[in-house]
Amino acid sequence: MSKKSSLSTKLSLAPYSLWAALFIVVPLIFVAYYAFTDNSFNFTFDNISRFFTAKSKVEGAEVRTYLLIFWRSLKLAFISTVICLLLGYPLAYIMSRAKERSQKIMMILIMIPMWMNFLIRTYAWMTILQDTGILNSFLSAIGLRRIHIIGTESAVVIGMVYDYLPYMVLPIYSIMAKMDDKLIEAAKDLGCNSAGILRRVIIPLSLPGVLSGITMVLIPSVSTFYISQKLGNGKFFLIGDAIEGQFVANNLHFAAAISFILMIVLLAVMALMKRFTNNRVYGGGSTL
Amino acid sequence: MKTSSRIYTILIFIFLFAPIAILLVFSFNEAKSLSVFSGFSLRWYRELLHDEPTLQSVRNTLLLAVSAMVISTVMGTAASVGILKLRNKAFKAALNTATDIPMTNPDIITGISLMLMFVFAGRLFGLANSLSFWTMLIAHITFCLPYVILQVLPRLRQMDPALPEAAQDLGCTPFKAFFKVTIHEIMPGIITGAIMAFTMSLDDFVISYFTSGAGFQTLPIRIYNMTKKTVTPKMYALATIIFFVILTLLLISNMTDRDPDAPTPVRKKLKGEKAK
Repeated sequence: MSKKSSLSTKLSLAPYSLWAALFIVVPLIFVAYYAFTDNSFNFTFDNISRFFTAKSKVEGAEVRTYLLIFWRSLKLAFISTVICLLLGYPLAYIMSRAKERSQKIMMILIMIPMWMNFLIRTYAWMTILQDTGILNSFLSAIGLRRIHIIGTESAVVIGMVYDYLPYMVLPIYSIMAKMDDKLIEAAKDLGCNSAGILRRVIIPLSLPGVLSGITMVLIPSVSTFYISQKLGNGKFFLIGDAIEGQFVANNLHFAAAISFILMIVLLAVMALMKRFTNNRVYGGGSTL
Repeated sequence: MKTSSRIYTILIFIFLFAPIAILLVFSFNEAKSLSVFSGFSLRWYRELLHDEPTLQSVRNTLLLAVSAMVISTVMGTAASVGILKLRNKAFKAALNTATDIPMTNPDIITGISLMLMFVFAGRLFGLANSLSFWTMLIAHITFCLPYVILQVLPRLRQMDPALPEAAQDLGCTPFKAFFKVTIHEIMPGIITGAIMAFTMSLDDFVISYFTSGAGFQTLPIRIYNMTKKTVTPKMYALATIIFFVILTLLLISNMTDRDPDAPTPVRKKLKGEKAK
């Protein structure tokens, strides 16, 4: 093509390139810059080492505060992701095999909760799970014992599963809906039973959807702070709470240090997952 | 559907809709309680209509979402055209990576990173508080852009490159060819991208929380501040209204769902030519 089109290419790209550099890349450099400087912007390792060494007492025992918080976030996010996968995978499968009309209706039903404000949805769970809440009124009405769940790790997991389940279902469903029925028929003709079809055809083909579902659930759950504030009753402090707390206290340098560490750990996790997909899935490249 | 699948699906949807059903019911509660229903009343809807800060935050949210949508859609569409034609592989890879960042980074990090830059820039210019409507708008455009590109770029790839080339052969400038031909071909992608940008902006709490100034409150931030204190059914009334607005929008968009191969003006003309 002529020089002219190359000029128009440059012109159409210029605003976005500038924007991406200025508001995507530079801010990340600022995270690193704040993480490694003190209040008067002199270089220091203190913020990073504070993350690894700060100690506090929990139930009499001395613990490393932020490492414990980080471990708890990873643990709860992992549990929520596994539950979302176990609940969401069968649903995605059922949806993809349903009649076209029912598929459309189920899509709308999945998307409505996603578009409701997540703060209000999470708050509604608080009123359900409270000691004097709807769940307990219901339990005592049918003659069962009341349970104490608000403020526990289970309540936080329920909140995460509820808020992020649609993000697991949608990518798996969109892959499964495109799956060629002939492959399943061929497997049947070649003597596969339904368990074999699931293990040899459906699961391997849906793997890219599963992996993007996992990232879409894992990342917001690991970094949430609202869910733990409302359902964890402030006792179950997650890494997101730690960042938000430092932000509110105007300790921007330490907030940046925690964000920096979180970002590095997540990058490592994603790189591992990407490797896993590329080894396992043919043609499982990126979408762009 | 088999009975077991049907029961499973119903159970999941009960789980997904239980909290929504509860807030719908309690928005009509006569008393202030969110767990004991004492009688039907429209009291909280009336109070909502007189709650000026909340109404103002709704207007702010819409203003922000529309601005972010328009700017990110225009910039993202232009960027997609450029990315498709770009020959420099290294630059292309760099742009793709940059586009992936806001989608894969947790919102809290996107929010914190922008906030740090704004605060730093504010200090540089001697501003006491640099966070305002403008910083929020920049943040919203930034996280909307990748979603626009992700919708528009595949459409451009699917388009027959011969179409705009033919327009150029017939004497259009590249610019004119884009507006006469390309834009019609990729319109469904642009519309989906714009809708996504709009809804992401409407719904965003985390990034807004870190980049908002004291003077400009959006609805999610207003809700956050309300849930810090004891919440009244007024907030549920608000949620109920949001619920019905979303339901209507989803139903409309589903009914008018366009066939991806529907005739665009260009294709209609081409067909006409062939028929002749």
